[in-house]
Amino acid sequence: MRADPADYRLVSPGNLLGALSLLASEPAQWLPIAGGTDVMVLYSAGKLTNRNLIDIWNIPELRQIEVFPDRISIGAACTYTVLRQHEIVSREFSLLATAASWTGGIANQNRGTLGGNIANASPAADSLPALLVYDAVLTLISVRGERRVPYRTFHTGYKQTILAADELILNISLPRRFSKYFSHARKVGARNAQAISKVCLAALGQVANGAIRDVRLALGSVAPVPLRLNETEKMLTGKEIEPSLIDAARKSVLKEIRPIDDIRSTARYRSAVACNLVTEFLAKLAAEGAAA
Amino acid sequence: MNPSSAESAKRGISFIVNGEAKKVLAHPMERLLDVLRNNLGLTGAKEGCGEGECGSCAVLLDDMLVNSCLIPIAQANGASVVTIEGMSAHSLMKPLQESFLECGGAQCGICTPGMILAAAHLLDKKLDPTLADIREGLAGNLCRCTGYMQIFEAVAKAARRRVTQ
Ligand SMILES: Cc1cc2nc3c(=O)[nH]c(=O)nc-3n(C[C@H](O)[C@H](O)[C@H](O)COP(=O)(O)OP(=O)(O)OC[C@H]3O[C@@H](n4cnc5c(N)ncnc54)[C@H](O)[C@@H]3O)c2cc1C
Ligand code: FES
Ligand code: FES
Repeated sequence: MRADPADYRLVSPGNLLGALSLLASEPAQWLPIAGGTDVMVLYSAGKLTNRNLIDIWNIPELRQIEVFPDRISIGAACTYTVLRQHEIVSREFSLLATAASWTGGIANQNRGTLGGNIANASPAADSLPALLVYDAVLTLISVRGERRVPYRTFHTGYKQTILAADELILNISLPRRFSKYFSHARKVGARNAQAISKVCLAALGQVANGAIRDVRLALGSVAPVPLRLNETEKMLTGKEIEPSLIDAARKSVLKEIRPIDDIRSTARYRSAVACNLVTEFLAKLAAEGAAA
Repeated sequence: MNPSSAESAKRGISFIVNGEAKKVLAHPMERLLDVLRNNLGLTGAKEGCGEGECGSCAVLLDDMLVNSCLIPIAQANGASVVTIEGMSAHSLMKPLQESFLECGGAQCGICTPGMILAAAHLLDKKLDPTLADIREGLAGNLCRCTGYMQIFEAVAKAARRRVTQ
């Protein structure tokens, strides 16, 4: 049943301190809303249990992108459109810009935010594998202060995160050391825009003297959380890309992922696609290495 | 404020709609779509899905294409909104209208306001869009009637027409 707007409050403090004070004033009572592309869908379906919302869309500290020599810091409420248009993001973090281009149509990209994608914590979210391979660091903020946490520690289980009830994600920081890597992103879904992924891959790799110098692989929709393939990466590092290595990688991928059957796909299909995506990436990386 | 009694009072919302200053009294979580249709009588934006999937409720909010079914009215406070009704003055309107007519870009018309706004948003940014640009620009707008090709052709034609005009 459709929600009755009279049952909900939405407050717009317009500044960071106001939002944080409100979040802290009544623990776990207030839900932030940024672009609303997840929250409003729940609300419209009558499934939003939080009755008190804080508007964080128009908070300047959450909207800025700062470029430093060694890293870029992206405000949590930056939209997909802003990310796609940003010169450094599109040049040095193409996996993120590509994921942004997949996240619904243009109207959705004009509203949906990176912080919203992270906090919403769907294992199918398209930007999150990119954040894993880029070694993103999150700054979380509350009236108690700030803390910086590696993004890889953020998700603790299906839709579970370390974000405290009084905290906001302030920004997402990415080290600028991957621009020379070969990068490859691929989403498999009913279609790219407007369809939730069945499986998506973000991958980075470097080949030197015929062997893999470094490789970073992350998949969406194959586990309760966005998954970095640590074991497969370790197994691949230092090796030459040849058919036997690709076979071993496929076996290792199957060991690491924990896909499920759901309305969008089956565990079997997801396993096959996950292996194929990693294979495709390794073939491209090998070609890249041979050309270099 | 006591959150357990989350009863919201109506609030004054001031915004610009199609160039005119408007003030409405609304609950902050009322959807922009409903305020446009019910309070302001602007029924060009349609409700198709109500969940951000179809684009039939698209409007421009501070020059950005958005789906008005996903915007709480409080987030439009102080903003400028353009609906299809406000597009008549837009320089792209004539070429878009003519091309949609000639190419059969509209049948039942439910998707058309959103299609036109998405097309205008695209053409405002890209002078000479490729078919891929057009497909991407309209990917968030669903049409149950035309099969899309007529719409893509209409937008391409409007772009060419604008360049030659
Ligand atoms: C039509 C449609 C298509 C979509 N397609 C895709 C897709 O292809 N891929 C994909 O990954 N997603 C997709 N989405 C989901 C959605 O657009 C993204 O998850 C988006 O990034 C959410 O951002 P938002 O700002 O709109 O979040 P909101 O709805 O505002 O918030 C989402 C959650 O995050 C919390 N939150 C937001 N910002 C912060 C912050 N700074 N600190 C702490 N908590 C915060 C909110 O409290 C809420 O729990 C789609 C949605 C729609 C409607
Ligand atoms: S009604 Fe808003 S997108 Fe379908
Ligand atoms: S013309 Fe009928 S939905 Fe597009």
